Amino acid sequence: MPNRIEVALRHGVRDARGERIKREIEHFLKIQVTAVQTIDIYTVDAELPQKLLEAAASGPFSDPVMQEWLLDSPAGREFDFAVEVGFRPGVTDNVGRTAREAVEYLVGHPIPAGESVYYSLQYLFSGDLTRSCVERIATELLCNTLIQRYTILSAAEFAQAGGFPPLVPRVQVAAKIAVKEIDLEVLDTELVRISRDGVLALTLEEMKIIQAHYRSPKVIAARAAQGLGAKPTDVELECLAQTWSEHCKHKIFAATVHYEDENGKKEEINSLFKSYIQRTTSDVRKRMGEKDFCLSVFKDNAGVIRFNDDWSLVFKVETHNSPSALDPYGGALTGIVGVNRDPFGTGQGAKLIFNTDVFCFADPFYAKPLPKRLLHPRRIFEGVVEGVEHGGNKSGIPTVNGSIVFDERFCGKPLVFCGTAGLMPAFVNGQPGHEKSIKAGDLIVMTGGRIGKDGIHGATFSSEELNENSPVTAVQIGDPITQKRMFDFLIRARDKGLYRFITDNGAGGLSSSIGEMAGECNGCRMDLAKAPLKYPGLEPWEILISEAQERMSLAVPPENIDEFLAMAQRFGVEATVLGEFTDNGVFHVLYEDKTVAWLPMAFMHEGLPPMQIPARWEVRRQAEVRIAAKNDYTGDLKQLLSALNICSKESVVRRYDHEVQGGSVVKPFTGISNDGPSDAAVVRPLLGSFEAVVTAHGICPRYSDIDTWHMTTNAVDEALRNYVAVGGSLDLVAGLDNFCWCDPVLSDKTPDGSFKMAQLVRSNKALYDICLAYNLPLISGKDSMKNDFYDGSVKISIPPTLLFSVIGRMEDARKAVTMDAKRPGDLVYLLGATADELGGSEYSAANGFIGNNVPKVDPETAYGRYRAYHQAVNLGLVASCHDLSDGGLAVAAAESAFAGGCGMELKLAAVLYKGEAADRRDELLLFSESASRLLVTVHPEKRQAFEQCLQGTGIAAIGKVTEKLQLTIEGIGGSAVVQADLAELKEAWQGTLRDL
Amino acid sequence: MSKSRAIVITGNGTNCEMEAAHACLTGGFDEAVIAHISELLSGAIRLDDFHFLNLTGGFLDGDDLGSAKAQANRLKNAVISGSKEKLVEQFSRFIADGKLILGVCNGFQLMVKMGMLPGFDGNYLHQTATLTYNDCGRFQDRWCYLKADPESPCIFTRGIDKGIYLPIRHGEGKFLCDTPATLERIEQEHLAVFKYSDSCYSAPTMAFPENPNGSTHAIAGICDASGRLMGMMPHPEAFVHYTQHPRWTREELPESGDGLILYKNAADYVKLSL
Repeated sequence: MPNRIEVALRHGVRDARGERIKREIEHFLKIQVTAVQTIDIYTVDAELPQKLLEAAASGPFSDPVMQEWLLDSPAGREFDFAVEVGFRPGVTDNVGRTAREAVEYLVGHPIPAGESVYYSLQYLFSGDLTRSCVERIATELLCNTLIQRYTILSAAEFAQAGGFPPLVPRVQVAAKIAVKEIDLEVLDTELVRISRDGVLALTLEEMKIIQAHYRSPKVIAARAAQGLGAKPTDVELECLAQTWSEHCKHKIFAATVHYEDENGKKEEINSLFKSYIQRTTSDVRKRMGEKDFCLSVFKDNAGVIRFNDDWSLVFKVETHNSPSALDPYGGALTGIVGVNRDPFGTGQGAKLIFNTDVFCFADPFYAKPLPKRLLHPRRIFEGVVEGVEHGGNKSGIPTVNGSIVFDERFCGKPLVFCGTAGLMPAFVNGQPGHEKSIKAGDLIVMTGGRIGKDGIHGATFSSEELNENSPVTAVQIGDPITQKRMFDFLIRARDKGLYRFITDNGAGGLSSSIGEMAGECNGCRMDLAKAPLKYPGLEPWEILISEAQERMSLAVPPENIDEFLAMAQRFGVEATVLGEFTDNGVFHVLYEDKTVAWLPMAFMHEGLPPMQIPARWEVRRQAEVRIAAKNDYTGDLKQLLSALNICSKESVVRRYDHEVQGGSVVKPFTGISNDGPSDAAVVRPLLGSFEAVVTAHGICPRYSDIDTWHMTTNAVDEALRNYVAVGGSLDLVAGLDNFCWCDPVLSDKTPDGSFKMAQLVRSNKALYDICLAYNLPLISGKDSMKNDFYDGSVKISIPPTLLFSVIGRMEDARKAVTMDAKRPGDLVYLLGATADELGGSEYSAANGFIGNNVPKVDPETAYGRYRAYHQAVNLGLVASCHDLSDGGLAVAAAESAFAGGCGMELKLAAVLYKGEAADRRDELLLFSESASRLLVTVHPEKRQAFEQCLQGTGIAAIGKVTEKLQLTIEGIGGSAVVQADLAELKEAWQGTLRDL
Repeated sequence: MSKSRAIVITGNGTNCEMEAAHACLTGGFDEAVIAHISELLSGAIRLDDFHFLNLTGGFLDGDDLGSAKAQANRLKNAVISGSKEKLVEQFSRFIADGKLILGVCNGFQLMVKMGMLPGFDGNYLHQTATLTYNDCGRFQDRWCYLKADPESPCIFTRGIDKGIYLPIRHGEGKFLCDTPATLERIEQEHLAVFKYSDSCYSAPTMAFPENPNGSTHAIAGICDASGRLMGMMPHPEAFVHYTQHPRWTREELPESGDGLILYKNAADYVKLSL
């Protein structure tokens, strides 16, 4: 009989967790509750004597100062309804795992398999509540029913039953493990059904390629020699589905595109990836010649560039959109701990130095009906923010840079970008740190977490649109501590040279990681029965493709294996030999010594011909609205400052540890009250040195409504502009591209596929052009191409989105520049010209239209300006610098002023204007989002030197910093068009998301 | 004397080992060893060989049973491999030998939950205080002004004029005592070394965000009666150079950060007294 240990706060101790839930219920659900209490529940499903149960309850499970515990007796009192929330069977239960370990220390030996400790949380509600209210609280706030279960008891029911009964979420296992054969000699319609029902995400064409492979007499003969029949096994079919999934194979970026531009000119593009992204890097590198700093691009889990003679930088940005749509907390948590494994599994392995995160959500205050299965944007917001918080903070990696972008269409799928950078020794045991290899005979070793049913079909389900039947198993919860233990061990094993190759176990699980590793030496042979499981009863195909978290795959030379395994044991990390690498050209999988998959490597990796995708670009005009001129734009400015895309995100950012590891130089917030928004992050990864890493990003999906070309160039420019603003060097900076698109493949479900594909083509062409102009090699990236929701009637497609991240170096962190105006009397300069470019702007959006005059980047001019500005930074001539983006000059000036605690007086007549004189007007000088502009303040003594530095790059002195705490902007006509106290402006900027 | 040696324990979710070791070296220690807990449990490294023990920030075991609870349990019960010695015996000997321990953030939580602080009457394994969820209900990363008690016996804070400015980064930093008598004794013996205060260090404050967690009597850190054991929620190792200050680009600051003095005092004490 399982035992329940209930741990409650002592009388009089404030329940901060309960208070927070109460606030959220009132804020989001608009339900009034008088009080919320919380009780921790440990369900011990193990044969333990009473004395040990009491020792666990009074020792590790409770805090004697503030808590009391009860064994097998309910602790709850004084409430009207009780709700208990626990995990469903098989879902990662971190607290339960730690509780079990704690008990093991008390017992002095491991608890036998099959016995365990489970955690649940009990909420006690007081107030005038109905059961249906409580039901709403449970399902809309406390619990995600995909991964959690809940029980509601009224006070009367609770009293009658003597509290909640112990509930053990043990996984019920299948009686018999069996490998099935699948008959592909069937009608086409049946092939389609097999793929759909199995969440294989294989098209009919792909199913027929597999069918043809199994018809080949040579294949049949070779299989017969292995004791296999002519039909594929479920292990093989699942393995191919993972390997060939859009998620793993990037079929759209590898496709042959038949593109037609707006003039009917046709072009055949063989792989967007090769033609634009890879070519960008190779052309930039050629031009850099001896100054080339790229070390490993596109071939490993993350890109690697040089930092200095002794160290290299590693960076990767990933998305975790589909899982975050279903379970925002778990999806985002696995997103961050998942991307951590990429730089860690690059080259010989890297120490992780910072995280970045960018989220795209719908309005958290969204008040319209949503299609079934979609979570409310506020829940997505809350869950994602918390998931990344736990993932990043617990891993001890500072979250240094990020943003949140809002657009209604992101309710179809939120975008959750997570990035991680690492620092790698330039040489590890005499070998370049970014290189690795495998020799036939090396052992296949898996380390870290165990395999369960969680995360099955993650790769394939994210390769389809989100729909009502999206599989529950694709969702999982990360365990940062298990991963951290593994990293602590592996980084030491790296330095001892104990392994030859390391990679991450991510999408597709072992099928993907070992499949790719086997490509290094041309074959492998592994026995899935050796893999450690969370619970018995997994089918071999499930073991092969499970995406259970916190695992790395390694190649360990046989002579090192004893030392490797012994060290793993000392560090409390599970490591298991699954087989060995070979060179016989076969991906050979066994289960208990019997062959269950026998796939020629060539077929697995090269058996799939490129897709053929049509793309047809057309210029789409948006309605043009001209707003009547006003005498005063102060109200417009306040409205913009409080807009979701511009307002302060401090309530979120403060929840992320942005300083751990001690290297933070430019933090997310700066200025006199530590609350002005920084443009980019500067981090010193080596505490004994002033060399710094600078990172920034750009993202502007709204411009895609006009033209993805300009969406792309503006995103790249924004990233570089932010990077340059704080002092990043143009001599060592690289880019990462993350494309998130709506499905661009023409089909019945996507009748406008050719246009969406053309948007992608234009984006790629623009990326090539601008990166070449900016000398920006692309070192890594990722695409996520199915960001749609479709339930058969409602379709929601996200706006085409490129997140462009940059990483680079700054020679001396002590020269970094922040965005806050520094002192009264300083001169204000605007670098760069302003044009009639309100198209796609925040100002246009606030006025209910899109427009057409999207900002156009002039990269040659901008690059010259950035170079000159960097020289001014190096000479110490710049007091502050803030990039102009959403909301234009007015917003940038307001932010710089209130961050600095100084006023500003500006004259629009002095602003450099590019365009027809007749169109020049206050509105656009204030709010136009023309690219490549920076707002700089300079001490009067440095005026001459600064102007000399920036000469010829398009600068204008537009005003000065003042003592009076006001922002005053004089219009072209000479009278003030903006006049406001800084406190008012700051309040507008801070109020919107303060309570989230 | 022999070399002054600091040790920083890491593993199972400890995060700040690198900057803590850097702070020790910058503060004047000859050596700062980052030791994984497994190296202590295997017997490869022994606390006896060091003078200054750093229990640093992080999320020990994910703080799954409450911050640092699982590690407190581990340290109390785990046995050194191949011997009968419990790890906790090394801790007790370390304290009895008159050596120094600084617990920061998660390390402070660990010390309090093991009973090392306030450690009344030399009883270092009896818990009388705790650290729990911030009143705001959320993790917070922000900088705080810490008013120092000049009459405190604490050796780490010697020479601090009014107070120091450091970042806090925690979700469970609210200090609570088991009884009013414990709190009173802490105050009476001047063991509450640091209190959250206004920016002039004039008075302790209960107002958010200056007091980020609603801590009792605004307590941010305490020491034991000997002054050799100290724990605090703010991170001194995170401010040893001016570029770590959130406003260094606008203020004239000395080269060293406010937190360094704790490590300097520790190094000086070790060199003089151990």
